[in-house]
Amino acid sequence: MGVEGIGASVVRKEDKRFITGKGHYTDDIRLHGMTYAHFVRSPHAHARVAGIDASAALKMPGVVAVLTGRQLVDDKIGNLICGWMIHSKDGSPMHMGAWPAMAPDTVRFVGQAVAVVIAETRNQARDAAEAVAVDYKELPAVSTIKAALAPGAPQLHPEAPGNIVYDWSIGDKAATDAAFAGAAHVVALELTNNRLIPNAMEPRSAIADYDAAEDHYTLHTTSQNPHVARLVLSAFYNIAPEHKLRVIAPDVGGGFGSKIYVYPEEMVALWAARKVQRPVKWTADRTESFLTDAHGRDHVSKAEMAFDANHRMLGLRVATLANFGAYMSLFSSAVPTYLYATLLSGQYVIPTIYAEVKGVYTNTTPVDAYRGAGRPEANYLLERLVETAARTLKVDPAELRRKNFITTFPYQTPVIMTYDTGDYHASLDAALKAIDYAGFPARKAAARKRGVLRGLGLSCYIEACGIAPSKAVGSLGAGVGLWESAEIRVNPVGTIEVLTGSHSHGQGHETTFAQVVAERLGIPIAQVSVVHGDTDKVQFGMGTYGSRSAAVGISAVIKAMEKMEAKARRIAAHQLEVAEDDIVIENGEFKVAGTDKKLAFASIALAAYTAHNLPEGMEPGLKETAFYDPSNFTFPAGAYAAEVEVDPATGRTTFVNFVAADDFGRLINPMIVEGQVHGGLAQGIGQALMEGAVYDGEGQLVTASYMDYTMPRAADLPSFDLRHTTTICPSNPAGVKGCGEAGAIGASAATVNAITDAIGNNRLEMPATPDRVWAAIHGNG
Amino acid sequence: MPTVQLTVNGRPVSMTVEDRTLLVELLRDHLGLTGTHVGCDTSQCGACVVHLDGQAVKSCTVLAAQASGSSVTTIEGLATGDELHPVQAAFRDNHGLQCGFCTPGMIMSALDIIRRHGGRLDEATVRHELEGNICRCTGYHNIVKSVLDAAGRMKLSAAAE
Ligand code: FES
Ligand code: FES
Repeated sequence: MGVEGIGASVVRKEDKRFITGKGHYTDDIRLHGMTYAHFVRSPHAHARVAGIDASAALKMPGVVAVLTGRQLVDDKIGNLICGWMIHSKDGSPMHMGAWPAMAPDTVRFVGQAVAVVIAETRNQARDAAEAVAVDYKELPAVSTIKAALAPGAPQLHPEAPGNIVYDWSIGDKAATDAAFAGAAHVVALELTNNRLIPNAMEPRSAIADYDAAEDHYTLHTTSQNPHVARLVLSAFYNIAPEHKLRVIAPDVGGGFGSKIYVYPEEMVALWAARKVQRPVKWTADRTESFLTDAHGRDHVSKAEMAFDANHRMLGLRVATLANFGAYMSLFSSAVPTYLYATLLSGQYVIPTIYAEVKGVYTNTTPVDAYRGAGRPEANYLLERLVETAARTLKVDPAELRRKNFITTFPYQTPVIMTYDTGDYHASLDAALKAIDYAGFPARKAAARKRGVLRGLGLSCYIEACGIAPSKAVGSLGAGVGLWESAEIRVNPVGTIEVLTGSHSHGQGHETTFAQVVAERLGIPIAQVSVVHGDTDKVQFGMGTYGSRSAAVGISAVIKAMEKMEAKARRIAAHQLEVAEDDIVIENGEFKVAGTDKKLAFASIALAAYTAHNLPEGMEPGLKETAFYDPSNFTFPAGAYAAEVEVDPATGRTTFVNFVAADDFGRLINPMIVEGQVHGGLAQGIGQALMEGAVYDGEGQLVTASYMDYTMPRAADLPSFDLRHTTTICPSNPAGVKGCGEAGAIGASAATVNAITDAIGNNRLEMPATPDRVWAAIHGNG
Repeated sequence: MPTVQLTVNGRPVSMTVEDRTLLVELLRDHLGLTGTHVGCDTSQCGACVVHLDGQAVKSCTVLAAQASGSSVTTIEGLATGDELHPVQAAFRDNHGLQCGFCTPGMIMSALDIIRRHGGRLDEATVRHELEGNICRCTGYHNIVKSVLDAAGRMKLSAAAE
């Protein structure tokens, strides 16, 4: 089925509803008798809540109820959890402060909710929220890592002395110190990984409905993982046991990590729906998204690389401070540890690595996984350091990388990971060829004649995707397994429903998952539909993040298909009176090899349901389930090359070319893969050039709207030149590695390496805005 | 409370709404036309773009009362029966959308851009003209391709007429 099977750029099945305005997003849903919630949020970064007077608000038109954090705690709604336990170097468990869904006594970041107004209309709720009088007693606040760690700094949580969540390390310190002691060259770099605000275009939204007769809740929500949400809401927040709670994540308008987590608003909506005995809807306005969606990144690091006289890497030493914001969000603890430091070996043979990470509380919005999650931070650090080394050692940056590439697989790094396969020379060669690396010096000279500064920057990234082998992550502290489930339901007419625990919020699963099934049976994808995002339909699943849907989700589909096909094969063999092994599946038919005997798949499906003529003892029906737990992470890798021009008069950067050469293993739908890369590149370039959350010294978020937070727009970006090199992933049956995060991981280092090459000054932090670049050109960056 | 009279996707509409009701609220909450989206509160993102008397506007920035007497086209009014508008088809064929949230606004803006520029569209112009529409998923690469492709399709169909 070449035209619609694996490797075909099939246009997406889901597109029709989106391009005709028939998408079905959470805020589009209206339930009978629905009320609207508006939260009363703290304007202070740190304050004691001395009292809440809702009397005026309660008298306003349409107000149904005003509920406070105190009532929530009294009703025993659980505190928000962090699902990954990290232990400090000294063996002590991380120090976590309590995070109630609405603050009963202390607020710790601007935007934290203290109360909620429920009213008949959205505007009535908003108006009444203005009338809720909260008596805040302001406390001193810290908005940066430096301020939080300063002696005498205000303390956020009694549980976390010194505002330190953990002081963690990985690798062999003594061996690394020894490598540095014996080094011919040591190159050092200090750098900041700027805080980003995810900004999925659909703001978060939740609609909670409580059925008193059945004591049953339904939650429609903007989630990347509805089953995880249900698990957490049930097991930790005491909302309802799982069989009494249905979570539906319908069409979701982008996630990028920010919709993994169970947020306070969803908990409050469920709790409030029972209190007011009516459905409760909440939809964030954009300012609320800026203030309350989990932010990403925010590291400050020192990195040093030791080289021998021949420029071979001897060791890497890293010290990172990670800003967690005011509370530990669901997966936050893992991001700057196991999703970050385990990738510090990059594509290189580095005999020894030692990294220390301190997690720090500040009076800012909680920080968690955002597209790439730890891996962009690792790649940015390493690839900026390698580029810096090439400049310091006066060697060609491509040659320095080549000299140190890993070339034999499997390769065990000094920081846990075992890379299964890859060809780093191939992707670098592809990128250099596409960008005409050899011709660059002439182009640079020509640009100089025109009075502009031209630069070329490389970034050879690696990431760990296909998250994740459950036993491995369990041993590292994860609170859940990270397998995926799939169910194949064959209808009596031979059409197929694929039920998956993966969730699509733009990735195109309705198409790619169908392609895999269509390929195996040789049927059109129109005969396959993909069902996801509803805990009443799909039994369980871990959802979509960490570029896991193809590597883990599709692998589960393949496993379930194998079981279904085995049963169909038995039926066919029985009816055709041949041995099972003689049957081949082709073009929607089960054929007896070398004869013209065959049965259409649809007639096998029908036979399974009529059950008139099945092998002795076989159950009727054709439906199989599989749970797939990966044996290893997958390791997508690639080489990015950016060529830029900087106007020395304005400091403005424009792209001449941006090449991304990626190895994602097998491509199921190249068109969709490329779309994922484009989007990732935009986010990586956005981080490099313009995006950045800014807090003032009092903890006010200065960049809380699109007027202040610079989002990449069409004119800020080039068209991208994408190349693919391929090593098939040996770690899963689909042979895929994952493509969702690569762009965001690789692009920022390539961009900053290009700009610093252009301007001849390596001291430049992200976002490299024109004013910063201008200052760096003039020597004071 | 003003009574607003509009033609929406060819259908006459008359309703009494609060003074402060925005056009996008009228479309979404009162008429159930939820294809038009709200992505921000500062008139920056363009998820809410509709056509008001044939011109692209941000419906989050127009009061319903201001629009009274006008004709509104939303994303739901673009296709002719089952036949997609060439801009819609171009977005699908060029993978110009991922999550789909920005898409209605993008398509309505794209159509306006194509109409205003006639046949003289190039990549730089399209990128510049898309200034008021934010997409977080696609990196704009395929949106730009879609708009250029749509412009070509519309030129062809205009020539055929
Ligand atoms: S909703 Fe963002 S511009 Fe109208
Ligand atoms: S397709 Fe998701 S925001 Fe544009």
